[in-house]
Amino acid sequence: MSDTQAQVTEIIVDLLGVDEDQIVPEARFREDLEADSLDLVELIMAFEERFDGEISDEEAQKITTVGEAVTYIDTHMRA
Amino acid sequence: MNLLEGKKALIFGLANKNSIAWGIAQALHAHGCELGFSYGFEQLERRVRPLAEELGVQFVEVCNIEDDAQIEATFQKAGDHFGKIDILVHAIAHAKREDLTGTFVDTSRDGFQLAMDVSVYSLVALTRAAVPLMSDGGSIISLTYYGAEKAVPHYNVMGVAKAALEASTRYLAADLGPQNIRVNAISAGPIKTLSAAGIAGFRKMLKYTEERAPLRRNVTQEEVGKTAVWLCSDLSSGVTGEVVYVDAGYNILGMPEPPETWV
Repeated sequence: MSDTQAQVTEIIVDLLGVDEDQIVPEARFREDLEADSLDLVELIMAFEERFDGEISDEEAQKITTVGEAVTYIDTHMRA
Repeated sequence: MNLLEGKKALIFGLANKNSIAWGIAQALHAHGCELGFSYGFEQLERRVRPLAEELGVQFVEVCNIEDDAQIEATFQKAGDHFGKIDILVHAIAHAKREDLTGTFVDTSRDGFQLAMDVSVYSLVALTRAAVPLMSDGGSIISLTYYGAEKAVPHYNVMGVAKAALEASTRYLAADLGPQNIRVNAISAGPIKTLSAAGIAGFRKMLKYTEERAPLRRNVTQEEVGKTAVWLCSDLSSGVTGEVVYVDAGYNILGMPEPPETWV
């Protein structure tokens, strides 16, 4: 597991209260991890804080799975 | 220090640990105040309950402040639970997302009405409901922002609502002063909260303020909390109808550019 993935997993476990083994790259925030609209806003805020960058509303809409979040962070926030 | 020993406060508008209301709740609690929480809709319950537990708060009620019957019911319960209250904290604001981006001139009639109802009228309605429980006088505080006075990009309809909130603060203070109930507003600098996430370009607001404010930083929930303690305690007994800034000094600037760029 990459460092980004480990940190993303930690944030998701903390915010959504799901088991760590549910957090796989293909897991969808809404459907699989049962995140509601407020959870999604809180997740984006937590990613921005942890990785010190900005995720615009348009970009945030495209992040629907754990893997997409990790890829976005690696590409745009930790490059 | 226990500046609020024996006092009882009702806090409306708590959402999560990023809430300004949470900063206020922690500060009031640290000064010995007994607290009750009210949140706006069911989705928030699992966020607010753990916060209530953390401070040993037993009174936790959902209340949609757009509904007069729910306000009445909440204060009925508060009266049964607390007997009397001394402090009311109003930390409620809402506008449609599309009204917090682009230009103010495009604000729709229903978007305008929604922002005014939820963000402004709620202070009037909650205050009216709280007064009968404030038999020994009291302190009421709400939260505003500099966008009430000056045009701030994307703040739009919320700036207009905050201007009305500040005016309401003065009228309520004039009405309730004879009963020794004080009404003030805290104008906080930008703080990243769940609500702030709805304002387009919010991170830019944070960065802009941080670079220019006299203290060269943004403010925290804790700092708003400390000023709330002052406004709710006897230390501010002669202060009512005011807007108090907790903004690292940003509002005093006439030409807000970082001096280092003025070469």
